[in-house]
Amino acid sequence: MIRFAVLAVVGLLAVGATGAVAAAPPNAADLESEIVCPVCETTLDQSNAPIAQRMKAFIRVRIAAGDSEQEIKDALVAQFGEGVLARPPRGGFGALAWALPLVALAVGAVAVAFLVRAWSRRRVVEADEAPLDPRLERLVDEELARFDA
Amino acid sequence: MKYRARLAAQGAAIGLVALLFVLLAWSLLHDEGGDLSKRANAGDRPAAPHFSLERLDQEGQLDLGSLRGKAVVLNVWASWCIPCKEEAPYLEQVWRANRDRDVVVLGLDAKDFRADARRFANRFGLTFPLVYDGPGNAIGGYGVTGFPETFVIDREGKVVRAFAGAVNGEPERAELHDAIADALS
Repeated sequence: MIRFAVLAVVGLLAVGATGAVAAAPPNAADLESEIVCPVCETTLDQSNAPIAQRMKAFIRVRIAAGDSEQEIKDALVAQFGEGVLARPPRGGFGALAWALPLVALAVGAVAVAFLVRAWSRRRVVEADEAPLDPRLERLVDEELARFDA
Repeated sequence: MKYRARLAAQGAAIGLVALLFVLLAWSLLHDEGGDLSKRANAGDRPAAPHFSLERLDQEGQLDLGSLRGKAVVLNVWASWCIPCKEEAPYLEQVWRANRDRDVVVLGLDAKDFRADARRFANRFGLTFPLVYDGPGNAIGGYGVTGFPETFVIDREGKVVRAFAGAVNGEPERAELHDAIADALS
């Protein structure tokens, strides 16, 4: 019974802690490194263009108003399009940008595996080749010795 | 069988490279935005790239094609652009002086917040039609590299003259008047 009560308290604390993390306000600096200035095409934290400064101010106002990171990103996308996100979204067409490098990596790995397999087989075949007949080897040595003389 | 597989792989690789070349050639041929201004100012009259954009001054969309038959002074601006502030009152004058002569001044606000653009329009008392291109997709075809830029489009949808930078000096304003006359003829 006591064990159950302790578990319940720990569980409640864990849920509370998770809730506290989820409710933490977004960090302006983090957001500025994830949003692209539409004029200079660099992230906001690297830009001093007038529109970048305006976007930074917008982010701070929205944070003060209690918006989540996702809400702020959505608001910026509604104004400037998906291109404003430094990292493409994980869903929809943006998922392609995430998936294609992984697919390319997998295809490359398979190709390398095939090549390695083919090379190792060729070596085994070469190693399996019978050594030169001792009589022939002796004949070749004699011929070479005579040639050298 | 091995030979066939190798042949197929080589064929696929060559096909992929050929496809990339075709894509490169296509993009080079269709990326005429960069030299649109040059061509227009050399007298070539390139076709004005089409767009249909959300209106800022009222509800709905505005399709550039719907202005066919009129001369269009397309001004690309943004509320954060300093020369645009000086230019806006003059464009309003051009609109008021020419609106009854089949001339439309069309403001295209790009890479901007809608609310900022509306505040800008109110501040300068702009009454000509305004469209919004937040991502800047439509201006790519015009080869816009800075703000503001102005394009004069004739009745047939061809670009007669392009102005990089604000039309604020007397020589540029005289050229704009000439271009409007040319677009109407």
